[in-house]
This record gives sequence, C-alpha cells and structure tokens, in this order.
Amino acid sequence: MLEISHLSYSYKDFLALEDVSLKFPFQSLTAIVGPNGAGKSTLLKLISGLLSPTQGTLKWESNLRLAYLPQYSLLDRTFPLTVFDVVAMGFWKKIGILGKLSQEKTVQIYQALECVGLQGFEKRGLSELSGGQFQRLLFARMIIQDADLLLLDEPFASVDETTTKDLLKLIHVWHQQGKSIIAVIHNISLVRKYFPQTLLLARKSIAYGETNLVLTTDGLTQTSLMEL
Amino acid sequence: MIDSFLSLVIAPFQDYVFMRYALIACLGISLSSAPLGVILIQRRMSLMGEALSHGILPGIAVAYLWGGMWLPGLTFGGIIAGLIVTLLSHTTTRKTILNEDASFSSFYIIALAIGILILSLKGGNMNLLHLLFGNVLAVDSNSLLFIISMTSLTLILLILLYRPLIYDCFDPLFMQSVGLKSIYYNTIFLTLIVCNLVSGCQTLGTLMALGIMMVPAVTARLLSKRLFPIFIISIVLAIVSSYIGLLLSFHFNWPSGPTIILTAGVIYFITIIYSSFKQ
Repeated sequence: MLEISHLSYSYKDFLALEDVSLKFPFQSLTAIVGPNGAGKSTLLKLISGLLSPTQGTLKWESNLRLAYLPQYSLLDRTFPLTVFDVVAMGFWKKIGILGKLSQEKTVQIYQALECVGLQGFEKRGLSELSGGQFQRLLFARMIIQDADLLLLDEPFASVDETTTKDLLKLIHVWHQQGKSIIAVIHNISLVRKYFPQTLLLARKSIAYGETNLVLTTDGLTQTSLMEL
Repeated sequence: MIDSFLSLVIAPFQDYVFMRYALIACLGISLSSAPLGVILIQRRMSLMGEALSHGILPGIAVAYLWGGMWLPGLTFGGIIAGLIVTLLSHTTTRKTILNEDASFSSFYIIALAIGILILSLKGGNMNLLHLLFGNVLAVDSNSLLFIISMTSLTLILLILLYRPLIYDCFDPLFMQSVGLKSIYYNTIFLTLIVCNLVSGCQTLGTLMALGIMMVPAVTARLLSKRLFPIFIISIVLAIVSSYIGLLLSFHFNWPSGPTIILTAGVIYFITIIYSSFKQ
C-alpha cells in the first residue's frame, strides 16, 4: 500500500533520516519506536506529504486517503475554539472554504464525539478540556476524516491511562475496519501489547517486522547507541 | 453640567470637519484592523506584524516623496517594501543558522532606519513626524474613500476566508496534511495587514497603526474564550480608544496616534488587573 525506497531527509545541515526503505502492507498496525531525534516524526511528515524527501521516493496506492494527527503538544490548548469547531475541521476536504455544514454532517460530528467519550462536550471551549480530553477530541476529528491510512505522532504522550486505553480500543476498532495505522509510540510495553508490527528507527531503519522479533535487547541497544 | 460635558465630547466633531474626517477614518481602521490583530495574535505572529509595520516604511517614504499623501501610492510602496523585507528574512532563515525572529528583527530595524533616513533627508522633520506618529489634520475626503474601501475589502475577505485562516492558525500541520496551501492565505492575510497599516498612517502614523491592531485584540483575548466575542470586543475597544484618543488629542493638542494607542493601553492595563483578580 505504501512503499518507501531509499528515503532520506535533512533539515539544513542535520540529517534526520538516512536511506530508509520499507513497505507498509494493507491493514497493518505499526508502531514506530526509537530514541529522541531518531527521525520518527520526520518519517510521518514525509509519509503524509508535509515534507518532501531530500532523496528517495514514496509510492502510495492511488486514492489513498490519509489522516495525520500532529503531536498535540504543538497545539495551542487555549485557542478560542469550541470542541464542535475542531471536530468540524475534519470535514475541510468536503466543505472547503464556504461549504455549509449539513444536518447530516452535524450528526456525524455528534456521533464522533460519542465514539471518543466526549458526548455533551460540543459547546465547551478548548481551554476547559484536560489533556486526555483534548487528545480524544483530535481522535474525533480523525473519525470525521474517514481515512484509510492514519498517521499518529505520539498519540499517548502525556495522556492519562484511561484515555490511552480508550483510544487504543478505538485504534483497534479502526484496524479491524480495515484501516492501516502507523503511530509513533514511546511506551515500549504498549507497543508489545497492542501493535503487531514495529519499525525500530534510529535515523536509519534498524529493524522492521513483527513486534516481538523487532523489540529484542540487541535492537534496542543498537538504537540507544545511535550517534546523532 | 451636561451641556458642558456634551460640548467636550461632541462639539469638536460638530465644529470641525477635520475631526469628523479623522473620526470616520479611525472607525474604519478600527473595524478592520482589530479583527486582523486577533488573527495575528492567534497565529502567534505579533512579531511578524511588528516587522511589517517597520519594514514597510522605506516603501511608504519613497512613495510619499514621489506622490505626497496619496494612500493608494503609499500602499503600493508599502507592499513592495514589505515583500522585500519578508523575502530577505525568509531567505536568510533558510540559508543561514539564524532563526526566523532573529533575521526578521534585524531586517525590519534596518528597513525602519532606511525609511527614517529617506524621510528626514528629503521630506523634512515635520513630514517624518506626521508619517511616523499621525496627524489628524491630514485626512481628506479622498483618503477617507480609500480607508473605507480598504475596510470593506478587508472585512469581506476575512468573512470569505474565515475558515482556512482560523483552521490554519489552530493546527497548521493538520491543514497542510489535508492539502491547504497556506501560503496563498498567508500572502492575502499579510497583504491585508500592510493595507490596513497604510490606512492608519494618517491618523495614527505608520509606527502606531500596528497598535490599533494589537492592543485591542490582546485586551479582547483576555476578556473572552470564544473567537466571535473576541472579534466583537476587539472592534468595540478599538473604536472606543479611537474616539477617546481623538478627543484627548484635540483638547490637549497631543499627537493623535500615540494618544489613541495610549488610551487602548490604559484599557489594556485595567483589563490585566481585572483578569488577574478574577483568577
């Protein structure tokens, strides 16, 4: 579904990714693991088209619908928008600049909020949400996007345990619906438990495949010795 | 008692055409500048606003010497200068180790210096002062027409482009991932900023015009957590500050630009105290 060959990316003088080649198959559920500065976010941004590769190529299946979840620490959690407004952003591709939000779409927004456990929150302002609720909100927006490939950048960083569990369930449901998911995850035990495939990244691809084969002591030592 | 109060707050606008013109000009500027300021601070581009307000001065200065106080000309000059400063800063950021705010700060201060030098060499100190800090006497019916057109254009574009502008403020990476070409919207937005800065250069002065964008917007941000009320409050505050500021500048013979901005500043201080007590 997604084929990456000899992909490299550098920011000015800094080489963030070097010669990464791999294939993400259909309906895969993959975790990207690696130390800070390993190029995990960069890889997601390249896949989602936010960055263009310095070298190498990416090949998508045609008509593949992508959804990208930014690291939520990058967002302004006091931004004066309501929960409803943010979920409605998921319709951007359909409604564009001036399109009207139909009754049907409004209902979909309410349903998405219910899926993530935020029913009744639609009129709340963002500043009234906890960190976990904020992340649930971003997941609701992804439901609206209805994509085939979901790219999640550290979805569980500084999110409480209950939220993490609920959102993992949601990811599981998506996976069963036939969606593919690639997520940057820091917590190794979460990866072992919930993600069948893992990519171990340390600027280069160290190992890629079934999680229990990838997350060996050997591989992890190798990544922790990464020279940055 | 009431009569004398009325004669203080209304009579200046009844008796003098230039005060009426200045007031209408300020109302127009407030209507469009304040919402622009709200978006500017939500985009965390306050510094960019600052950079532009200084950076456009050389263009304005050259246009001023060429054709006098003709606002369309000044706007054109301002846009050209703003573009050059922006391009130079972006290129510098890309090619060197300097980050955006460092390269911007140095370029806009250089631009400001060039602008001031051009004006003081060729235009004389009086012109320099008026262009930098405003002069209520300067507004004529032609510039009023320009200001009102700019206000209308700005408001129409803001309404049309509301969704992408706000979405892009909140989550630029997301919007980019769903295919928004933010550079177009950014360019339109920054052009509107320049147009409005030029609109304000008569009553407020180029240096102070940014104030009517920023100060009411920042104050409004402290007073509400919802975007729409923030827009409305910022506009109301800008209008109130303009009105009180113009009156004060009339009665005490103070320059209008700084007086209007200081009025907005006083409201801002009161709001800070109020909101820190409320918490």
